[in-house]
Amino acid sequence: MSQTPLLDLSGLRKAYPGVVANDDVTFAIQPGEVHALLGENGAGKSTLVKMIYGLVRPDAGTMMLNGTPFAPPEPRAARAAGVAMVFQHFSLFEALSVAENVALGMENPPKPSALAARITEVSNTYGLPLDPNRRVGDLSAGERQRVEIIRCLLQDPRLLIMDEPTSVLTPQEVDILFATLRKLRAEGTAILYISHKLEEIRSLCDAATILRLGKVVARCNPREKTASELAELMVGTSLKPPKSGGAAPGDIILKAQDLSMPSASAFGTPLRNISFELRRGEVLGIGGVAGNGQDELLMALSGERKLPQGSLYFEGEDIGTRPADMRRRIGVLSAPEERLGHAAAPNMSLTENAALTAARRQGMLSRGFVNWGAAKGFAEKVIGAFDVRTPGPGVAARALSGGNLQKFVIGREVMQAPEVLIVNQPTWGVDAAAAAFIRQSMLDLAAKGTGVVVISQDLDELMEISDRFAALNEGRLSAEVPTGDLTMEKIGLMLGGAQTTAMEQA
Amino acid sequence: MDLSSINWLLLLASLMVAATPILLAAIGELVVEKAGVLNLGVEGMMIMGAVCGFIIAVETGSAPLGFVAAAAGGALLSMLFGVLTQFLMSNQVATGLALTLFGLGLSALMGQGYIGIKAPGIGKLDLGPLSDLPVLGTILFRHDAMVYVSIAIVIAVWAFLKFTRGGLILRAVGESHDAAHALGYNVIRVRLMAIAFGGGCAGLGGAYLSLVRVPSWTEGMTAGAGWIALAIVVFASWKAGRIIVGAYLFGGITVLQLNLQAAGAKIPVEVLSMSPYLITIIVLVVISADRKRAAHNAPADLGKSFHASH
Repeated sequence: MSQTPLLDLSGLRKAYPGVVANDDVTFAIQPGEVHALLGENGAGKSTLVKMIYGLVRPDAGTMMLNGTPFAPPEPRAARAAGVAMVFQHFSLFEALSVAENVALGMENPPKPSALAARITEVSNTYGLPLDPNRRVGDLSAGERQRVEIIRCLLQDPRLLIMDEPTSVLTPQEVDILFATLRKLRAEGTAILYISHKLEEIRSLCDAATILRLGKVVARCNPREKTASELAELMVGTSLKPPKSGGAAPGDIILKAQDLSMPSASAFGTPLRNISFELRRGEVLGIGGVAGNGQDELLMALSGERKLPQGSLYFEGEDIGTRPADMRRRIGVLSAPEERLGHAAAPNMSLTENAALTAARRQGMLSRGFVNWGAAKGFAEKVIGAFDVRTPGPGVAARALSGGNLQKFVIGREVMQAPEVLIVNQPTWGVDAAAAAFIRQSMLDLAAKGTGVVVISQDLDELMEISDRFAALNEGRLSAEVPTGDLTMEKIGLMLGGAQTTAMEQA
Repeated sequence: MDLSSINWLLLLASLMVAATPILLAAIGELVVEKAGVLNLGVEGMMIMGAVCGFIIAVETGSAPLGFVAAAAGGALLSMLFGVLTQFLMSNQVATGLALTLFGLGLSALMGQGYIGIKAPGIGKLDLGPLSDLPVLGTILFRHDAMVYVSIAIVIAVWAFLKFTRGGLILRAVGESHDAAHALGYNVIRVRLMAIAFGGGCAGLGGAYLSLVRVPSWTEGMTAGAGWIALAIVVFASWKAGRIIVGAYLFGGITVLQLNLQAAGAKIPVEVLSMSPYLITIIVLVVISADRKRAAHNAPADLGKSFHASH
């Protein structure tokens, strides 16, 4: 390798109060190389790319782009130098059109009509068809990502940074994306690819740098390693896959029948004629690409939104019209996706948060008064059993890291010995060790006879823990299929809404 | 009641005059809200504009200078709101309400020596043959310059938001400050400029009351016009063109109730004078009844504090 690297990082360091996000990070990206950046949540991947993109300034270290010093004070400068970035979240404007969104990411956008023509041209060249006049709020997750990619491509980047681009895509959409990325690589564009999906990295990337706790712990060619070797490099220890108790499913405990619910917001998804049966001791996995009705389904099952009569039964009893509190009383518990603000009140202590959902079932109430001693005891029990790292139950929920808070909100429901537990994205943004723990706790719960519904976008997770699988697409639920019979391809078809054909082939 | 005693021509003509203060304040607030900031202090900024404009106009004898001072006064007061909400992260609703109370009090203090004085006139704009047109001339073309300035501001705002890059960035900041920040736009700077523009427009609207409409200074003379302006922004579903419709509708109701009083309508005067506010509430209820539609047009990050976290 005698050529100058496209981007050369050496000794980068960035510290925030209390944590060192990056410490002495050194690696190089060659032109036309797909370089993977691997690491757990909190390993410092985001901080590192923010430094390259000019959103954060390093405390120490140097960056060289094409052999010249590179220190972008703001994203504008990075874009001007040929560095573009496709974000994981928060970079599109739902109420604006595709063309307006693209124009906002460019330094000197051409006139609207010329821009629309360019968007159509580039999107067709790279096999990502897109109508420039549509509102982004009406697009699917995959189409939204195309908007971001095209916004980057219009500026002829030399380095494209992609932050977990496949987390919102169906397997078929992933294939299209990879074809586009390979085409870009062939044209000489370098790609810095951040992901924790190891199989993807093995199939796509030429080189990998692995971060742990802000430091580079390994560099390798991902094609020469197995996925489990890569995982061990990331985590630092080997992980045990969760084990199911193997109990035979019992009687039907929860049954949804033609459940429909209008959406509460303009960009939400209405639920359409959802039917399923959940048995005791069974884990039902519900997959789907983000924004296909997952949040709405959780609200419908948990009781946050009321349902028409005759659409939801618990042990043969119609509970659709009962509010969340009444459902909790009979043992139908739930944990929503959003940890801060939905599952837990950020500024309230863990004790208070424990009392919020567990007060009635754990006997913390007497004549309208809360027994705070009992609430504290319960919070301590959850903290102990779920290994929540916190100084104590008096700490505010927002002070906990994502993984620890997630263990707490899941543990809070699991420790109440529910009859039915409904969780949405139980391990989203949680490190691998905590995720494995949470998955195991749900399997243990099922082994004791609880019916568990897991709504998740992580297909690997669903394949690992669920007994049966159903896909959510535009608010419709496919028929449930035993997980053992499924291949990734079949799941992809189900996620895309082709459940009837998938069933016929099954 | 003798409806024939109402001169409908003059009523329509005075409608434009009555609507100008709320039109100015509403178009300013529209820009502020498009940038994602909810400033409930419109009433306070209007009355500050009214008193600043009046004092300077009286002291210099020039109404145009008064208007300039009014815009500056309103913008200055809005910057207090800007610093509190954008840098110190205070709650926008509470700060806006406080701004109204503060503006009412401060303006009363500043205007103590100016009660009972008449403001220097601004004079009608001579539009030549246009003014002499029958009917239309009376209604449309015999007003003072500020009436036309207010319409020009609305058109300019509409064109700015729709056609310019600056307008696109402003809307983007109001839709998602996180996304705008990630793309490298300075959210706080954009919002401060929008807040200052809103303050300036509210100040102009206030000065139109104290220099043209009344024209003298009394404490609390805006009498709720700022709240109507806030309502009009929602009524117009954050579209500049509909601000004109809304403002003239409410201006019309104000003028009509005055005329009905004069004509001896058999409705209690109190009911008539509360009618613009009553109708404001009814319109807001009707519009927000369709929650999906109302939410569709509102800037997604309206009223949310932005804090760059990295």
